Amino acid sequence: MNKPFNNKAWFFVLPVFVLVAISAIIPLMTVVNYSVQDTFGNNVFYWAGTEWFKEVLHSSRFHDALGRNLLFSAIILAIEIPLGICIALTLPKKGFWVPVCLILMALPLLIPWNVVGTIWQVFGRADIGLLGNTLMRLGMDYNYATNVFDAWATIVVMDVWHWTSLVVLLCYAGLVSIPEAYYQAARIDGASKWKVFKYIQLPKIKRVLLIAVLLRFMDSFMIYTEPFVLTGGGPGNSTTFLSIDLVKTAIGQFDLGPAAAMSLIYFLIVLLLSWVFYTVMENYGAEKQDPRVEQD
Amino acid sequence: MNLSWMAWTKPTALFFLTIIALLIFMALWEAVKPGGGPRVGILRFETTRGDRLFLSLLGSAFIHLAWLGLIGSNLWWAFGVSLFYAVFVFNFV
Repeated sequence: MNKPFNNKAWFFVLPVFVLVAISAIIPLMTVVNYSVQDTFGNNVFYWAGTEWFKEVLHSSRFHDALGRNLLFSAIILAIEIPLGICIALTLPKKGFWVPVCLILMALPLLIPWNVVGTIWQVFGRADIGLLGNTLMRLGMDYNYATNVFDAWATIVVMDVWHWTSLVVLLCYAGLVSIPEAYYQAARIDGASKWKVFKYIQLPKIKRVLLIAVLLRFMDSFMIYTEPFVLTGGGPGNSTTFLSIDLVKTAIGQFDLGPAAAMSLIYFLIVLLLSWVFYTVMENYGAEKQDPRVEQD
Repeated sequence: MNLSWMAWTKPTALFFLTIIALLIFMALWEAVKPGGGPRVGILRFETTRGDRLFLSLLGSAFIHLAWLGLIGSNLWWAFGVSLFYAVFVFNFV
């Protein structure tokens, strides 16, 4: 059957295109232009060719920051995705407690990034912070400003506190959309909770889980404000992620050329990893799925 | 309108004009042969012409970066490898 096409619909896309052009495409073009030039300000530029790209690609500072970013994203995904699914599974599906739980879950998401950093900065202080002081009284030598492990642990726990709710809410939306008939059929078959999760819930929330993984990966890979406020990239450079290093290069040192080259490489890595995640999750299980049972 | 803050150069302008020309060419291709030409290639999942263009451009960017980082500054060789790579992607992916 031929579908009717109405090309006038493209006009509705135009405002979004203009918005994206102003907010993303034009800045990206400018960054590409900056990446092959050097400047000392006043809109005066000198051609540098591929010099900045070579400099960044051979820089151990860039390699270290990239390694930290990859490690951080891996830790965040390994904790937040399973934890988010577990919490979503335990949330009530109907009744008085549903809105209460959802609002409680959504609260951390409403707090701005810099405020989250400040909250945890105070929270972790040994002299006045509840967490820092409690750990000190328990005999633990906790100090996120001087100890690398403590700094990393605080940033990871802070991110988990801030963003697991997003995974929970997305998974919950997927779970409540599963028709009751699936559960009835599973009960008739005597399926265990694990089997219900494996064969009904997990496949049905696959799509929203894909969005959750992508969002959390991209967000964690581009993390800036929280660690910047909490540790400022320290102790030493131990929590200097790519974004923090980028801002140091661009604004701190005013090396706009190298910063532009670095941000383009950073952008390409994000694009590649996002595509890999999306493709793997989009196609995972597609071959195993029987088209006769695909009803929704 | 003064666009001097965008710091345009001839090579970067040429680069973006090439990308725009590719997108226009893809749109015309789609108008002539609608549907995106989906097929399952060596990656064992379905790709359309748009996917193949995306893979070609992304792969080419990494080929150029790898060439710069590992071999040297003469990027014409990297450009040649990228062309071969794009032809390969459009034929087999």
